[in-house]
Amino acid sequence: MTRSPIEPLVLPVTAEDRRIARLALLALGLTLLDAAIPSPLPGVKPGFANIVVLLALLRYGWRVAAWVSLVRVLAGSLLLGTFLAPGFWLALSGATASLAVLAVARKLPRRWFGPVSLSVPAALAHIGGQLALAGAWLLPGAGVLGLAPVFALAALAGGTVNGLVVAHLVAHPTAGAQSAHEPA
Amino acid sequence: MKLLKPGDYAVLLLGALLTALLFARALGGAGGDRLLIRAGGHVFLQTPLTTDQTIRVPGPLGVSLIEIRAGRARVAQDPGPLQICVHQGWLSRVGQAALCLPNQVSIEVRGAGGKGYDSLAY
Repeated sequence: MTRSPIEPLVLPVTAEDRRIARLALLALGLTLLDAAIPSPLPGVKPGFANIVVLLALLRYGWRVAAWVSLVRVLAGSLLLGTFLAPGFWLALSGATASLAVLAVARKLPRRWFGPVSLSVPAALAHIGGQLALAGAWLLPGAGVLGLAPVFALAALAGGTVNGLVVAHLVAHPTAGAQSAHEPA
Repeated sequence: MKLLKPGDYAVLLLGALLTALLFARALGGAGGDRLLIRAGGHVFLQTPLTTDQTIRVPGPLGVSLIEIRAGRARVAQDPGPLQICVHQGWLSRVGQAALCLPNQVSIEVRGAGGKGYDSLAY
């Protein structure tokens, strides 16, 4: 049998790639759950996918968390049909701002600061990034910033709940298998 | 198992404080988008707050200097003796006004959030 003149293209898949893919898939599922929950105001969402991002951050570091977050924004937009639509850019700017804050917040001493100290600033940064983009580009001049307090309150609540879920999962890593079917 | 550590309470408190500040700011009134300048009882100029500029308004005592910067306006200089309108500082909310009575110059922030009309006629 003659060999192909073209060298087979091999893209090595590392263990980290698999890990990111697995975590991103989890985050993606939660993104769809988020999207399915009716919301009184566009943009006010629980942000369950960030639970996975925070777990990735705590267990594997910022780089993995950033990959998981960005992959889920991209893949989520493809599944929801918002790729390159305003919603996609809002999600991207929110995720970017949130990752930037996480890069700083993760330096907080673990002894005194738990996951809630990561998720609340990240959630606030998320809406901050979204509002900045919405105010500067999508709806300049409109009263987008007037909604900031409502978004901040939602982020505070969502960030607290997600942080507590992460704290619980970190504290009971083996209980996850049994409690996976319970609403966290 | 405690899910919240001491620092977490501090972070939550800060977050709540930030949210409360945002609410206080939002309830403080709508931001205006135009500045109405009166001189001697007549409208001297109506100009958007989005354009940074300095306007010289002449009055009986001299020139009042109105400054518009970053969506806010103030009386930067006034020949009046008490300087009340200068000390009022920056105005940005609908309905806020500064009156320089001696020089008969006044500025008032207008916008869609407050009085959406100039006058009513029947």
